[in-house]
Amino acid sequence: MDKVRIIEVKESIFADNNKEADRLRAELKEEKTFLLNLMSSPGSGKTTVLMRTIEALKEQLKIGVMEADIDSAVDAEKIATTGVKSIQLHTGGMCHLDAAMTEQGLKELGTRDLDLVVLENVGNLVCPAEFDTGAVKNAMILSVPEGHDKPLKYPLIFTVCDVLIINKIDVLPYFDFDLDKVKEYAHRRNPNLKIFPVSAKTGEGMEAWTQWLKEQVNAWNQTV
Amino acid sequence: MHELGIIFHIIKTVERVGVEHKLSSVSAVSLELGEVSGVVHKELLDCWKWAVKKTELLKDAVLNIETIPARTLCESCQKTYETVQYGRVCPCCGGQQTYLVQGNEINLKEIAVC
Repeated sequence: MDKVRIIEVKESIFADNNKEADRLRAELKEEKTFLLNLMSSPGSGKTTVLMRTIEALKEQLKIGVMEADIDSAVDAEKIATTGVKSIQLHTGGMCHLDAAMTEQGLKELGTRDLDLVVLENVGNLVCPAEFDTGAVKNAMILSVPEGHDKPLKYPLIFTVCDVLIINKIDVLPYFDFDLDKVKEYAHRRNPNLKIFPVSAKTGEGMEAWTQWLKEQVNAWNQTV
Repeated sequence: MHELGIIFHIIKTVERVGVEHKLSSVSAVSLELGEVSGVVHKELLDCWKWAVKKTELLKDAVLNIETIPARTLCESCQKTYETVQYGRVCPCCGGQQTYLVQGNEINLKEIAVC
């Protein structure tokens, strides 16, 4: 009988993905393209926030959008009405995007002349948080009807994100949503998290968010 | 599905090691899985059975899973405690600034070749 040989590997299964993500970020830096990974649960208003963001910035930045979904092209069709370049990525049943899938999407989109690419990740607070996509910044949207306890229930996503957008603040009077509590819980998991309460519907708070994003994009794309 | 994506990453890593070591077939893969990594063992094994059949290198390979217990460190009293039993609040001093020190791993430990 053949002898069994053991090969020791001892590495995180995310190691390859993290390497690919770092390489992708370096390439984007060369190309002067800023990639934003936008995550949230389904129905938080991700596409609406994105459309308002595009409307505010499209005169100043060349923007592209990648819509990731398990199926359908409804989001990409909506984004296309803003006039920016957009493509739909299908994950084929998977709940998240990794760096290799993101890179494929970026190639298809064509990023050479773009300042900002937004990746709208699959609506989910669990899995997208575990895979580095190669994005420069990670943002997440939490909407008022979801409740202020989400940072306690889904701690990882609040840890990996740079920005938390709290959407639908126009309906705050109708929900038991405590804005101070959510900030406290989120900062407990991530003291550096930037928080922007907004209403994509009324436009309240949107300027602070888009201003921040524009500054980040310009800082990243500046020649050193 | 979350587990399927993880399996694809395991297969990719094993295939890279396979090329490095010029392997033609792998009989078993050992995985270290943290207790709070959020991965469901049964789902992982089902996805494994489905996905390895599509590969040449791993088509008969078994997946062995070792669990790494989750432990949390309390910043104020510097003691570690069992995460699953006590959660995020330190059972010794009630401290709330606590950090997971182990239990989140999904590591490829070793590969067995016949």
